[in-house]
Parts: sequence; C-alpha cells; structure tokens
Amino acid sequence: MSGNRRLEVSEVGDVTVVRFVDRKILDVTNIHELGRELFALVEEQNRKKLLLNFTTVEFLSSETLGELIKLEKKVKQHTGRLMLTNIKPEIYEVFAITRLNKLFDIRDEEAEALAAFSA
Amino acid sequence: MSMSLDEWIWQLEESFPSRTADAKRLLESVLARLEGENWYPHDIFGIHLALEEALVNAVKHGNKFDEAKQVHFVVRLSPEKLYVQVRDEGPGFKIEEVPDCTEDENLEKCSGRGIMLMRNFMSRVDYNENGNMVTMEKSRKRA
Repeated sequence: MSGNRRLEVSEVGDVTVVRFVDRKILDVTNIHELGRELFALVEEQNRKKLLLNFTTVEFLSSETLGELIKLEKKVKQHTGRLMLTNIKPEIYEVFAITRLNKLFDIRDEEAEALAAFSA
Repeated sequence: MSMSLDEWIWQLEESFPSRTADAKRLLESVLARLEGENWYPHDIFGIHLALEEALVNAVKHGNKFDEAKQVHFVVRLSPEKLYVQVRDEGPGFKIEEVPDCTEDENLEKCSGRGIMLMRNFMSRVDYNENGNMVTMEKSRKRA
C-alpha cells in the first residue's frame, strides 16, 4: 500500500477504491508514475476488483487515457474487473469522443459500482 | 478571410527547448488570458486539451524530448477567436496514416487519440504537408 504518490487507495469490502491525488493529470512523468502505481495494484498486489473514482479529476489528456487502456488490459489478463465512477461531464465527453465509454465500465456513482461488484 | 494584425488583442510567440515544463508555462499563460477575457469554461477546457495534446505531440513525438530541438509556439487572440500554431523540428508524419481510434479494432491500441480530441474541441485543425506543424483555431462561444 505504501509508496503511492499519485493515488489514494482504500478498501470497501473486497473492492479496491482508488482516488487520484492530482486534480489535473498533466505532466508526462506524473502520468507514467500514475500508470505504474495502478499497474502494481493489479500485477503485484493481485487486486481483482478495482474501482477508479474520478471525483477529484478536472482534466486529463490522451496520455492518461493510454495508461487507463493499459490498466484495463492488465485487469482483464488477471481476470479482474475495473469500473470508473464520478466522472465530470467534460471529462466524460473526452471518453465519449474517443469512444472509450464503450471500452470501460463507467458508472455514475461509487455506490452504484460497489453494488454492481457485489451483485 | 484572414484577419489583419490590428484585430488581435493579444499575441505570444516563443520558441523553447523540448521540455514539458516550458510547454506547461506557455499553456498556463494562454489559459490565464482566456479566463481574463471571460471565455466560457467549456471553451477553455477544450482549448486546454487541444493545446496540451499539440504541445506534448511536438515535444514527445516530434522532437523526441531532444532539448537541442525547439518547439515554436504562436498564439493570437482576437475578441472572437483564438489562433494557435505549434511547430516542431522533427521529421513530421502523415496525418492520413494515423488510424481512426474510434474503429472497434483500434479502440485499445490507437495512439491518434490526441489528434481526434483536438479536432473535436477546436473549430479548425490543419497540419502542414510535412506534418511537423499544426495550426488550430477556436471560435469563441457567445451566449
């Protein structure tokens, strides 16, 4: 758990809930660090149910989308499940334009995703 | 129709070495100016995204983070529109060879997502023939 600089990680039952430290996920170095921390949750800590809560995120670019796509692949390879929640409308627009709203399982609220994980 | 220079209310022209910190500083000065001119937050969000993508493309893909190479950045603002030009010193690319990221087979692998976002959020996005210079315009939204 320790050593995460870009993420806040908590557990709700068997679901790992992740929030982002950066409001604007910008700098290329930070983005790759963010990716590494996310991948470690899946590859090193073997977490199967991952919920990314975007409540704090006000901006992201295609670099970050690239890391999220890699994460989604890794979660699938580990037979896990990934959900994204609390995405602000303009950020959702970025997912919709790139059609990544079809790739990711996106839910409005964290509670809705938690219910879906345990269903 | 092109605008005569005296219609621009603000201009910025700078060349900087291929470092993201310099790109970020320039980007922030543009956003601060747009906020000062009371542009709509959604317009500013889109411009932020498009500029971020264009500058990262120039520093990372164009100049490959080579600090001996420069990124040339021009911004002009009129009451009604923003004009931006970003040029790198890389070999360029062919815009028509960038795969369409919204095709199902490309959804997970595509790297042309940044250009797609630029096209969606800006009013006009054009590349020069070499593919090392992008010119973008955003028309200001009015109530």
